[in-house]
Amino acid sequence: MKHTLRQIFRSPNFVVGFSIFSLIILTVIIYPIFVPNPPLQIIAQGTFFEPGIYVNTYDSFNAPSYTLKLDGADSKRIASKLNDEDRLAMQEWLVGFGIPENEIDIHDTEALLNLWNTNFDPTKRFPGMTNADRNYFIRLNNSVQGLLSTDPAIIAVTDEETGSLVETDRVQQTDYINVSQVANVRILPLGTDNFGRDVLTELIAATRVSLLIGFVAGIVATLIGLILGLVSGYLGGLVDDVIMFITNLFTVIPSFVLLILISFSIGQDQRGAFTIAVVIGFTSWVWTARAVRSQVISLRNRDHVNLSKLSGHSIVYIIVNDILPYIASYVVMAFILQISSGILAEAGLSILGLGPRTTEVPTLGLMMNWAMIYQAHILGKWWAYFPVIVTIALIAFSMNLMNTGMDQVFNPTLRD
Amino acid sequence: MTLEKKLYLSAKGVSKVFGFGNQKTVAVDNVDLDLYEGEVVSIVGESGSGKTTLSKILLGLINQTEGDIYFQGVKRDISSHAKKREYWKNIQAIFQDPFSSYNTFNKIDTVLLDCINMRGGKYFPREKKIELMKEACSFVNLKFEELTNKYPFELSGGQMQRLMIARIFLLKPKILLADEPTSMIDACSRATILDELMHLRKEIGMTIIFITHDIGLAYYVSDKVCIMEKGRFVETGTADSVILTPHHAYTKRLINDVPKIHEEWDLTTV
Repeated sequence: MKHTLRQIFRSPNFVVGFSIFSLIILTVIIYPIFVPNPPLQIIAQGTFFEPGIYVNTYDSFNAPSYTLKLDGADSKRIASKLNDEDRLAMQEWLVGFGIPENEIDIHDTEALLNLWNTNFDPTKRFPGMTNADRNYFIRLNNSVQGLLSTDPAIIAVTDEETGSLVETDRVQQTDYINVSQVANVRILPLGTDNFGRDVLTELIAATRVSLLIGFVAGIVATLIGLILGLVSGYLGGLVDDVIMFITNLFTVIPSFVLLILISFSIGQDQRGAFTIAVVIGFTSWVWTARAVRSQVISLRNRDHVNLSKLSGHSIVYIIVNDILPYIASYVVMAFILQISSGILAEAGLSILGLGPRTTEVPTLGLMMNWAMIYQAHILGKWWAYFPVIVTIALIAFSMNLMNTGMDQVFNPTLRD
Repeated sequence: MTLEKKLYLSAKGVSKVFGFGNQKTVAVDNVDLDLYEGEVVSIVGESGSGKTTLSKILLGLINQTEGDIYFQGVKRDISSHAKKREYWKNIQAIFQDPFSSYNTFNKIDTVLLDCINMRGGKYFPREKKIELMKEACSFVNLKFEELTNKYPFELSGGQMQRLMIARIFLLKPKILLADEPTSMIDACSRATILDELMHLRKEIGMTIIFITHDIGLAYYVSDKVCIMEKGRFVETGTADSVILTPHHAYTKRLINDVPKIHEEWDLTTV
């Protein structure tokens, strides 16, 4: 037994799969200790905030300011404020002015501004240029000049008595604050989703729930399959015929269709995560039962089983002691595959809107469902669905790797 | 002589058919067998002649298709687990392949303790159980101290088969069914194991059914020999009469097939 375990942990496939899987499990356990926010709390007023560090603006004014003279700070500021639309308009004017298009690089902010400042003339008119166009270019020029100004911004409060603005502070362009001195900073590594929830916190809670669903489904499926397989394989005869008839019935009906029908008939209110897990387990025991049965049939006439019979042991004792240990490795492998297929089944079911009800817990499938309904994939909000896909893929991948690794140990002929 | 002895086990018209229709295989065909107290009966035949199937029927591990088996003059009843258990107190077996005869997940102690439990020693004090196991092991020239807490696969084939005999020593059945106990073992250990088996027979007065394909071995150990061909007993009689004056062609063939060293190499000239 110890020897087998050592061999399993020497198989590179298993070790890689096990590392990925334990990393996922550890993250799921440790992350909520450090970030104890409720995963379904709506924190953002608006949908799909981009990933990043969110610094409270009000607090940042009150934080102590430092003056740093940094080269290139101005051009960076201008570059970040000049959007692509403005740049294209500037290019259009310059081309109309007679500068060849290939000499204008709209991504080089400094060169573009230089060209603009040396050449722009509000009185100039090109053929086909309307008054509205001219006014637009003048406005554009004003905003560009505004960007270039070095005046400080003024912070004012409304005087309660007179209603006039009273200046309280001036923010210079060289003023800096230290982020660690700002009272409220929220890091959203994966932004927010359509409801304005923190995607990372939600994702980790969802991974936990999905893994639990997978485990429960795997345990239910393996238990049903194991018991039916053992009984029908060992007893044979009429019992075997009846159990195999039921098993074949379940085999010919695609289990996913059965899953959809059962979860639809349960109804939205009754569908908790646990119920879904049990339903998934109930529809996926078939192959375990068949495989266990065939293994047991080949074992039941072995001499050690006969010897155990001759030693006067009961059927239950023989099944548990003389049959089960011989198929245990196989059952463990099947169990791991059941977990990963349970997680995938939950994801598939939730995408169809037949997963657990949405008010209590997030699951990986539900997150995909929400992202799909709110068109995150069309809007290009990758953070709402891509991490979920990666997580599902990693879980399934690690489980299959572990399974392959164990397979190589238990079936030495497969070893390369 | 035989009339005075008690009839232990008898089979009347036992047949076993596997499959049906075109796939039908008759493994045992209308076999009659009488086994008297203290006898050693050999069943000899080539591979596939139905010896092992017959032994399993006699053991009650598989059911016969036709025929009846009488144990001590009464028709055998093994319909429930308790009755089977009672039957198996009287009849035990040694299997052909020692390597597959043990559950590799159980320690050797478990194998021997099972036998003590079966003989009603379940509530013996621990010291007495160990005493019994030591006695059984030393009977077959094994050291219990070396075996305890070991797994069967850590032993050699000969040791495993001797452990099997130690098991029989603890169980003390009336009938032992030895299904080719020496076929997987080298020639040196074979003689030791046969001697130990015969010693055990004297010690506890067992009746033995010896199943083998080796007619020389059958002659060496048995009082009575049954020659089996394609599920049928073709010749039955005392060992001397069957081996020395064979009547059936199959028996003659079996005897002629025994390798004879002196005809091949004349060892005296070396």
